[in-house]
Amino acid sequence: MIDQANILETPLVEEHKSLAAKLATFGGWLMPIQYTGIIDEHLWTRKHAGLFDICHMGEFIIEADPANSDFERLVTMDLKGMSVSSCRYGFMLNEEGGIIDDLLIYRISDTRWMAVVNAATTGGDESHMRKYLTGATRLENVSASLGKLDLQGPEAEKVLIELAGAGIKKLRYYTFGYFTVLGERIIISRTGYTGELGYELYMPNQKIVLLWQKLLEDDRVRPIGLGARDTLRLEMGYSLYGQDIDIKTSPLEAAGEHFISWDKEFIGKPALLKQRQGSLPKRIIYFIADSRRAPRHNYRIAHNLQDIGAVTSGSFSPSLGFGIGMGYVSREVAVGEEIMLKEGKVSISAKVVGKPFYKNGSAKF
Amino acid sequence: MFVPDNLLYTKDHEWARIDGYTATIGITDYAQNSLGDITFIDVPKVGAVVKQFEFCAAVESVKAASDVYAPFTGEVIKANAELSDHPELVNKSAYDSGWIVVIKIADSAQRASLMTPAQYKEYVKKLSE
Repeated sequence: MIDQANILETPLVEEHKSLAAKLATFGGWLMPIQYTGIIDEHLWTRKHAGLFDICHMGEFIIEADPANSDFERLVTMDLKGMSVSSCRYGFMLNEEGGIIDDLLIYRISDTRWMAVVNAATTGGDESHMRKYLTGATRLENVSASLGKLDLQGPEAEKVLIELAGAGIKKLRYYTFGYFTVLGERIIISRTGYTGELGYELYMPNQKIVLLWQKLLEDDRVRPIGLGARDTLRLEMGYSLYGQDIDIKTSPLEAAGEHFISWDKEFIGKPALLKQRQGSLPKRIIYFIADSRRAPRHNYRIAHNLQDIGAVTSGSFSPSLGFGIGMGYVSREVAVGEEIMLKEGKVSISAKVVGKPFYKNGSAKF
Repeated sequence: MFVPDNLLYTKDHEWARIDGYTATIGITDYAQNSLGDITFIDVPKVGAVVKQFEFCAAVESVKAASDVYAPFTGEVIKANAELSDHPELVNKSAYDSGWIVVIKIADSAQRASLMTPAQYKEYVKKLSE
């Protein structure tokens, strides 16, 4: 439940209001859902450049000796194997292999890291990390003072070069650098949640409004709400924490094996190894509807007339023009097989497919 | 928000334009604005019989799925075929090219349970407060 008295606001809330955004609470934060319309914003991001207020997300700075394995044990990605100035996606698990959070880790130096986590889970992540970290490792929660903007879309690079210099061109996918923007030395990474060429900019809160305004002065850039952020990530088949993955889901069930380094020890590894030997109680599938009608959260999934699971995310795909979704099923259903998605009098024919749904993203070029 | 003076309204934000014994039915500007981008409309077939304040059509937007209820009981005599490929017509023109069906009114006394434009304006004003 959301406590009305404790709804959090980002430093940009007045900017959103002046842009006539529709606001709603998400993960305890008052956030812009849309400005002009979800479909317009979605298509603009795929074609030009979209600007997202992501100040609600959490950031931690960690000082750790790479030889000391306590921080390494907290996450599934191989930290020691990361080169300085690279980013890596992975999970923080509990002892049962359940996902406490999914996160991005930045290697700032040999001994310094930044972890970027979901908004609603920031507090829980901090408690979990403090429980397992030893005195030699230093953890600082910088979420309250560090703002974050995402600039995503095929024109994002050209826009950012004007603000941060030609060095932006050198950033490869999943790497970052320090750039001087508005007199501040800030981290900019070539990462994102849309499947498009794009960047995440970490700016101290004092200058985040200025950065937002400056970026919006460019005609190629428009503000994008969480509504389009959701359809953009869904078209890529990216999971959303709290909806597609949670503490009761393991990375193996969520098709996240690619983000696990089996060559090291981490919390939850014994549980995952055991899961790998047996059969998974559930597994994620991706599907496309045969019409514009969209599957929705909690619609049942049926295969050969048997109920085998439920939809976790579903929507009309603005890029493709039909319904798409993902969900968990109790038995294997191969790509190409027909399923039915049902809720009350609604019944949607769908076909299991591989991800991503949208294959023309500019992210990796 | 636009509320034309020549229509009748329901609490669920449908409108009806009466023309003799028929009524053209759609959803209001307030409804399309609340739903956001409309992506799918399940329009009833010609010949189907709908009942006042009961399910008539399904409307989906990017954000939500919701039902449209019939302002009158009657038989569907025309359905807007344009909406299957262009559901966004409801966003662009809720009272005109975004109409959903025309029904043959079975009982014109049912108009007494609908709101006048003035009543609907007042009703929406209270909802927005």
